[in-house]
Parts: sequence; C-alpha cells; structure tokens
Amino acid sequence: MNKFWNALLVLAVIGLICVPLALHEKGDETQTFTGTDDQAQQAIKDVNPDYSRWAEPLWTPPSSEVASLLFAVQASLGTLVLGYVLGFYRGRATRDGRANERA
Amino acid sequence: MHIMEGYLPVTHAVGWGIASGTILTYCVWSVGRSLRSRPQDKFLLAASSAYMFTLSALKLPSLTGSCSHPTGVGLGAVLFGWRPMVVSGFIVLLFQALLLAHGGLTTLGANLFAMGIAGAWVARGVYSLARTARLPFRVATFLAAALGDLATYVVTAAQLAWAFPDPAGGFVASFTKFLGVFAITQVPLAVAEGLLTVLVMNALMAYDRRELETLGVVPQGGTA
Repeated sequence: MNKFWNALLVLAVIGLICVPLALHEKGDETQTFTGTDDQAQQAIKDVNPDYSRWAEPLWTPPSSEVASLLFAVQASLGTLVLGYVLGFYRGRATRDGRANERA
Repeated sequence: MHIMEGYLPVTHAVGWGIASGTILTYCVWSVGRSLRSRPQDKFLLAASSAYMFTLSALKLPSLTGSCSHPTGVGLGAVLFGWRPMVVSGFIVLLFQALLLAHGGLTTLGANLFAMGIAGAWVARGVYSLARTARLPFRVATFLAAALGDLATYVVTAAQLAWAFPDPAGGFVASFTKFLGVFAITQVPLAVAEGLLTVLVMNALMAYDRRELETLGVVPQGGTA
C-alpha cells in the first residue's frame, strides 16, 4: 500500500515538472523559462528606471556550463548526505529486525 | 529565486542584514545548546539540511513559463522546528552567493529572512495548526512544506515592493507586480515540494521511526 502511494507521489512530482514543458509553445515569448530572479530585475527597472545596481557578485561562473556544474555539485552533495543517512537507518533497522528475530 | 546582488537599496540591505543577523545569532546559540543535550539529532539534522541543499539547486520549470527553485525548508522545520533551518538556510544562501552568483552578499540578510526565517516560521506554524486540527501527519507535512515554500516568495515579493514602490500605485501595485513574478510561478513548485517532502518523510518513517518518535513528531508506537 505504501509502495503504491510512494509511486503515485513520484509520478505526481514528475508530472508537475513536465506539464509546463509540454505546454511550452515554440516562439512564445512569454514562455522562455528564464529565472524569476532575472524577471524581477526587469520588474525593478520598470518600477524604478533610475535604480542602479550598487554591488556585483564577487565571482560569477564564467559560463552557464560551469554554473550548471556547480549546481550539479550542490545537488549531488545534498543527495549524497541524505542517501547516506537513509541508508544508515535502513541498515540499522534491518540489523535490529534480524537481531529481534534471533532473540 | 532570491534577490540578486546589489538589487536592494543600501538602507534595506543593511536593515535586513541586522534583522536576520540577530535572529541567526540566536538560532546558532539555540541549536548548539539543543545539540549538546541531544547529540543524536545531528544525523537527522544533517539529512534535513542536505535536503535543503539539494532542493535549492534544482531550478524547475513552472506553468508561468519561467523557472524557480523550491526551498526544502519544510522537512527540517517539521522535524526540528524553525531555528535549525535558519542556520542551514544561511549556509545554503552563502554557498550560492559566493560560488554561483545566485542571490548575493548584500541581499543575504533579506534572502535569509524570506527563506530561512519566514519560510521556516510558516512551515512550522502550518504544521502545528494542522496537527492541532487533527489532520493526518502526512497531510500536515505536505501543507507545511508547500506553504513554507510559497511564503518564502511572498515575502521576497513584499521585500522588493517595499524597496521599489510603484510611482503611481505605491506598495500595493508594486507588491502585485512582484507577486506575479515570484509567487504565481512558485505555486506548482510548492505543490511539488510538498509531495516530495512527504515522500522523504515516508522513507524516514519506514526506516527510522524510533528517531521520529523521540523527536515527538509521530506518536510512540502509533500508526500516524
């Protein structure tokens, strides 16, 4: 039963991410999948055209490839730790379960 | 997504920096104290921070045709309360500001307030309310994660509207504009984060029920 619900949850998450991509129409300028932070910069310019940015990032990844590398590193470090902890707990639960059976 | 480097006026940047800095200092002290009395929490706390790390790296497409990322604050806020999430949020935001030019050092205070503080407060508050209303544990977790995620971006929109009020319509007009950019995009992503958080919580409950019981998240020996 739990397995069924978990599978359903995974499908729902994938669906929520894929539906926007499927609805994307070529050449539609309102659907470019740019970041909301870039769009916010534009919105700030609309509201206050005189505002000038007074600080720049200390270091910017030299290309979007390098940026995607760093994002991938961030995501994989997170999943590494999460997976390690879940694996540890699973191993412990299995071991304790067996120990109980023997006792 | 967070407010970009240099996109808050100096007074606002300093103000948010002081506000968030004070709360962060309190949280570091408070988390340090509770970890000394319950060192066994370190493991699960590391897992919830790691979840936050992963989720903030995933820029996802949304129905509005733009991209944003979930925050991952809800899981830890349900397990440990809001305080540790302020500390983890600070680490995540600092990493992204220094290495990814995402967010920024001058906007770190404002961004930490939106994600770590407001996001975790809302997540924890929603969870407590939902449990008081006797909603099932998984439903409460879903609501906490989804609404905590959404709250982050509502606060971000409010921060920008405060800094950049519309010349004609003032704060309200500007707030509506920034909500259109941030919050609407976030709705499907917040739902996705809510569902994903339930999934991770299911895994924790399957393998580590004991730990969750000692945290008081799920009742002893029950079937919540």
